[in-house]
Parts: sequence; C-alpha cells; structure tokens
Amino acid sequence: MKRNVAYLGMYLALALICSYVESLIPFYFGIPGVKLGLTNIVVVLLLYTLGAKEAFLVSVVRIILAGFLFGNLFSILYSLSGGALSFLAMYVLKRTEKLKVVTVSVAGGVMHNTGQLIMAALVVENYHILYYIPVLLTAGFITGFFIGILSQEIILRIGNRI
Amino acid sequence: MNRRFGKTDFIVLAVVFAVLVFAVIFTAFKRKQGEFVVISLDGEVYREVPLEKDQEIEIKKEGITINVLDIREGKADMRKASCPDKLCVRQKPVSKSGESIVCLPNKVVVEVKGEAKGDFDSIAR
Repeated sequence: MKRNVAYLGMYLALALICSYVESLIPFYFGIPGVKLGLTNIVVVLLLYTLGAKEAFLVSVVRIILAGFLFGNLFSILYSLSGGALSFLAMYVLKRTEKLKVVTVSVAGGVMHNTGQLIMAALVVENYHILYYIPVLLTAGFITGFFIGILSQEIILRIGNRI
Repeated sequence: MNRRFGKTDFIVLAVVFAVLVFAVIFTAFKRKQGEFVVISLDGEVYREVPLEKDQEIEIKKEGITINVLDIREGKADMRKASCPDKLCVRQKPVSKSGESIVCLPNKVVVEVKGEAKGDFDSIAR
C-alpha cells in the first residue's frame, strides 16, 4: 500500500517544493554548483523508510520535473549527474550498516556537488574549474550534515509511521 | 533501525572534515595574483587578456555579445550575460591564479592564469 504511485507522488511533491524553495534562496558563494541540497531530505527519508528503489525513483523524477519547472535542460544534466553519484554513495554507505544517517547524508551532499562539478567541467570542456573541488566538497559536507540531522530527527520520531 | 551518532561516524566525519578544511586553506593560500585571463568559449580559447590594464571585453558568439567581462584593478568580473540564471554575473571578481568564472549555459569560462611577481618588480643577477 505504501509503495503505490499516489504515496510516492506525495514524496515527489515534497521534493519539488524543496527544489522550489531552494531556487528562491540566493545561496551562492560565487562558485557554480553550490546548493542547499534541501531535496536530499526526501531521498534520505525514503532510503530509510520505504527503500532504495523508491528513493532512486523519486530522486530521478524530481530532478527531471524540477528541471522543467524551475530550470533548464542543462540543469537537468548537472542535477542528474550529481543525484546519481549522490544516491550511489548513500546506498553503498547505508548497505555497509556501519554508518548512521548523518554520515550517509554528508556523503550524499558531498557527492552531489562533486557530480555536478564534474559534469560542468565536461560540458564546458574545461577541467580547470575542478580547482573548486575543495570548496564545493566542504559546502556539500556542511549542507549534507544539517540535512542529515534534520532527516535523522524525522526518521527517529515518525520514521515507522511514514 | 538507526540511532543517532555512533563513534565510527564521528571519527569518519571529523577526519573527512579536517581533510577538506585543510585542502581549502592549502589551495587558497597557494593562490597568487594572476597575470592574465584566458577566456574560452565552447571549450576553445577565445582570447587572452592581461589583468594589468582596465578594460571591458565583449565575448561574442556569431556576432552577438553573450557575455561582458570587466577588468578593473587587476580583477576580472562578469558584468553582463545573456544566460537566464545570471549566476556568472553574481560570482565574485577573480584575480588569483587558478580562480575562474563560469557561465555554464553560454559555455564561457574565464580562467586566471600566470603569476604576477608580487614582491619584486625585477630581479637583477
């Protein structure tokens, strides 16, 4: 019952709202690709409640839809690259069962920015922008950390009911 | 299920964070004032412009100006851009070797290169 389209659609809508809120907040450090990563809350929540397949599905669909709604075709490419890498990292780390939510989320945040930067470097055919990796990774770490704490508290309190 | 922080988590996070912060500080300090900027369009070098002279560069694609780069007091700043998000315009001016301003939709990259010899005007041997 929980895995039906309507239920997942609700999560998708939540993720889209997160994307929208993100696009409203001017969160930039003068470097391409720094984002709040708010939408990762939904992915992490799904990963820990319903499962990996659901988390991945919602993540991908969210990226495509958000790209059409608030971004452009290129932004979909960057987000997909970041999202895929981020999901992979989170899934692998969660499977080891040695690390908790916050760490998983941090990995997700870090990998998301990395994926985006790598894709950006490929698109503009210029690899010197990879100079920004240290700063981006740190930003991804910090945002992932706070998203992780948020997700953790939600999962602990109502995780078995959502 | 999952509880909060574990000891493994704390160690992993602390180590990764320390490495990252160190990397940021290290790369930031190594940066020196650049000599010129290389402007590339679609992956190919468009123009090289020295940072010493104040000037305004129009980056044109098929005759249409898509980005305007402003060079002032040794710093390069993206003034105008035809892209929808204008993230490149909002990026801070760059001046140190290795820094860059990127306009992803227009595929424009402005990189600072070379190292202006900061302390000495010339060295006599």
